[in-house]
Amino acid sequence: MSNRPLSPHLQIYRPQLTSVLSITHRATGVALSVGTVILLYWLQAVARGPEAYAAAQALLGFWMVKVALVGWTWAFFYHLCNGIRHLFWDAGKGFELSTVYASGYTVLGASAVLTLLTWAYVLAAPGGAA
Amino acid sequence: MTLRSSLGRVKGLGSAKEGVHHWRHQRLTAIALVPLALWFAVSLLCKVHADHATVVAWIAAPHVTVLLLALSLGLFWHLKLGLQVVIEDYVHSPFHQIVAQILLRAFAGLGALLAVVSILKISLGS
Repeated sequence: MSNRPLSPHLQIYRPQLTSVLSITHRATGVALSVGTVILLYWLQAVARGPEAYAAAQALLGFWMVKVALVGWTWAFFYHLCNGIRHLFWDAGKGFELSTVYASGYTVLGASAVLTLLTWAYVLAAPGGAA
Repeated sequence: MTLRSSLGRVKGLGSAKEGVHHWRHQRLTAIALVPLALWFAVSLLCKVHADHATVVAWIAAPHVTVLLLALSLGLFWHLKLGLQVVIEDYVHSPFHQIVAQILLRAFAGLGALLAVVSILKISLGS
């Protein structure tokens, strides 16, 4: 009884765009939750004063942290775009299979483009190369 | 035949014991967070290499203080609701379940408080 297979049987279940986007919504939600620690760290550094703020800015400018921030930016835009997709479903709209796939690809494209635009702006902004 | 009372049914208290409360709050915070998060992301981008005084002056403006407080409360409430379901789905032992749920509430509560206190400290001056 305890070894009963659970559905969906992930070992033999072929992933589709719909299920992959669904679990990605959850995964990005978890990643963003972890990322709030960075946000809180930055916010309390502003509250502490100029020295703490400078230290926080230096840490956030470190390249490994920057790479994590790029991933976090994508998670943010993905969760935002796909969250809007979910809100349409909650309103009872967009359930036709063709619409579900079209909105899914739109979310993937929009989150990638928004992430690229954001980091192009950050790196091009005055002082950005530092 | 059902053993459930009419009142229990009409309040929607199914096996989750809480009706649609969780679902509704998750959607309400999601709707609130769409404009708040977009505004915050754009604002942060404009301050990406700003000095301390600029950031403090921005946060201290009354409308920014209010929006940041709203964002903090909505964000950590949405975070709590979302992670609560993830833990309910993936943590199977009852003991680990309750420990994880308590830790989640501690993190979300303390996170919201730290955000609110930091914002107010900046806005009202140390």
